Amino acid sequence: MRMSDFVVREAIGPELSATTKEGVIREMVGDLRAAGYFKGGEPEDIVKAILKRELLGSTGIGRGVAIPHTKHNSVDRLIGTVALSKSGVAFDSLDGEPVYVFVLLISPQDRPGDHLRALENVSRCLRDDGFVRSLRQATSREAIWELLQEGENPTH
Amino acid sequence: MSGEILQRKVTITNPHGFHMRPATLFAQTAGRFQSTVVILCDDKRINGKSPLELMFLAAERGTELTLEVSGPDAEAAIEPLVKILEAPSADDLPDP
Repeated sequence: MRMSDFVVREAIGPELSATTKEGVIREMVGDLRAAGYFKGGEPEDIVKAILKRELLGSTGIGRGVAIPHTKHNSVDRLIGTVALSKSGVAFDSLDGEPVYVFVLLISPQDRPGDHLRALENVSRCLRDDGFVRSLRQATSREAIWELLQEGENPTH
Repeated sequence: MSGEILQRKVTITNPHGFHMRPATLFAQTAGRFQSTVVILCDDKRINGKSPLELMFLAAERGTELTLEVSGPDAEAAIEPLVKILEAPSADDLPDP
């Protein structure tokens, strides 16, 4: 699996306006909806499921990165999006630091392998400080998409 | 005792694999000990104190890992860490 297999290009958010944990999750799910995913009350249901998961332990895993996620019946394959906050958002992160890079994942109920592969892929990119630095400096959807594609072929 | 290296082979039994919740708890627990905590799996050598590194493991059910703990408190660290790796479900994880 590659990052471009599950990140919805049209839903990438180069500059989040939200400044709270719930706001970020709402905005990112809204971006996916605007890109043509979900119907009816599904976005609200997904937001609630992601917030519920956050209560079990923050997905802000440190180094300015968070990976909010849930399983949901509305998707038949794993999808996700990436968004950036220039000012940083308090996310109850493990290291107590604000989060600047968000990767939101929604997986089908019965595909744990895909979810693990996505986490593997996201962590492969985000463990590279240079990649995270470049990502945080990106200012457009296209620039982020290009970086995600480069991140799939790490040179070190 | 500072040179003590303990190793344990562990098999993942959680049907969802070693996903983010156990990985986070593992890193938090490992971080409480002075010892170095490493997980070996295939060609990967993972720092057990980094949640991001642990997600890179992407270990599915049935994966066999080697846990390696070395340092002055290795003996105290290894059991709680094995327990997290072996938990059959995230609901069976010990409290953080």
